Amino acid sequence: MTWSATSDPMVSIKNVYKSFGSLDVLNGVTLDVMKGDVICIIGPSGSGKSTLIRCINALNDIQSGSILVEGLEVNDPNLDKLELRKKVGMVFQQYNLFPHKTALQNIMMAPVRVLKQNKKTSEAAALELLKKVRLEGKENTYPGELSGGQQQRVAIARSLAMQPDVILFDEVTAALDPETVGEVLQTIKELAEDGMTCILVTHEMAFAREVADHIYFTDRGIIVEHGPPETFFKDAKDPRTREFLSQIL
Amino acid sequence: MSYKTDLPVMLPVKPRALEPFKSLKKRHILLIAFLTIVGPSLVFAQTGEFEKSPLAILLDWTPLLLSGFLFNLVISFGAMALGTFVGGLLGLGQVSLFAPTRASSWLVTQFFRNAPWLVLLFFAMFLLPFELNIFGFKLPLPDWFKAILGLSLPVMANVSEIVRGAVRSLPSGQWEAAESLAYTRRQTLWLIILPQCVKRMLPPWMNLYSILTMATVLASIVGVSEVMTLTGRALAAEGGRTDLLAPFYGLVLVLFFIYCYPIARFTVWLEHKFSVIN
Repeated sequence: MTWSATSDPMVSIKNVYKSFGSLDVLNGVTLDVMKGDVICIIGPSGSGKSTLIRCINALNDIQSGSILVEGLEVNDPNLDKLELRKKVGMVFQQYNLFPHKTALQNIMMAPVRVLKQNKKTSEAAALELLKKVRLEGKENTYPGELSGGQQQRVAIARSLAMQPDVILFDEVTAALDPETVGEVLQTIKELAEDGMTCILVTHEMAFAREVADHIYFTDRGIIVEHGPPETFFKDAKDPRTREFLSQIL
Repeated sequence: MSYKTDLPVMLPVKPRALEPFKSLKKRHILLIAFLTIVGPSLVFAQTGEFEKSPLAILLDWTPLLLSGFLFNLVISFGAMALGTFVGGLLGLGQVSLFAPTRASSWLVTQFFRNAPWLVLLFFAMFLLPFELNIFGFKLPLPDWFKAILGLSLPVMANVSEIVRGAVRSLPSGQWEAAESLAYTRRQTLWLIILPQCVKRMLPPWMNLYSILTMATVLASIVGVSEVMTLTGRALAAEGGRTDLLAPFYGLVLVLFFIYCYPIARFTVWLEHKFSVIN
């Protein structure tokens, strides 16, 4: 089976079940993401949103079902995880920058060490990425000296440096001070406009409404409802979705 | 910024101030030297019973005792170097993903960590042959070398725990970030995890070194000619004069103190520095 970027979904999740011990987290989730799509997953805490996207790059394994990333089966014991992770980037809630490396080193280290790219080329690309996330001049700064929002933008640049085909954003603004949330969301928005495929778990409803092509609402490990933002936010059908939206909006 | 108000308000949490350094002053050091060496000699000087004062005798023997102390330091360097190297590997074994490696490293670590140092030293001394036969070459195993081997065992086990503890103390997000950037586990360990661990490992490692240095005198029990052995022999050569005991052993105490105290101070300073930064 060959995967085609134009006709097949970039990420195809089918009937995925996942539990931590006796706790069922995902109870049969199915969703497709096409190339260039921006999808937002929203839902109450503990509904399995983060687990779902962590399964996409195999940070968590699944019990049953199938996750295809560009035709690569994630739920395969012989999966080449490195191959998968070169395709899938990830940005975390806690940034997880490497504190002993400068911003520039954080960004260029993986291309040099993992993709075996030329050091000069990687450095030039990393500086370009820093400019893209509006952090020119911060290349020699250590993460500890940057604000949360700046660290998160370095983390986004670090992920982009690997030239992934899809990026997972796991509640990336949840740990930020309110005044720095905007700068990170702006960066993500620009990525989305550039055509990057993005899967976001977020609590920023206004942002989801603005950038998402499609919104998924999860509760207790299933997708309760989904649709394009206009219809999703205006006339949600399921009572659980309505209740959630009424609490948040 | 702060506001004056009568209303009950929640104040921002302030980190508890670090305790100020307690530091030895010159007078403390003088006092210690006096009590251990000079004092007893002065007491003697007033009695004037023998020809030579203990202080003069002590001065005669000092070069020999110093050379013995240097030997202690050699043993401490050797045991620390060997123990750190093997213990480092053992510590990495303890965080291995391969269960048998992990289990056996854990077992070895626990075994040697919970064994008395002196017993391990006896084992190394009396179970190792006095020379090794390697392909017909006879390689002598001197006592001091066996002492290094014996003392390196507990060092190894403790270093192993220091490494394991440091690796485990890093937030799991560091591993996950590295994983999601397609680093191999080995790259993650060497490029991302271990460099961050060095800072965390340094203070306990130096603490261990200090303890090891003081434990090198155990080698006297198994006949290595280090400072304690030489002190005993010097005292015997002087005819077992009881008034010499305090100055001689006092000198040994002071030697160790002069060597170990700065290490302890430096360790405290490092801990202080890192706790402020992190």
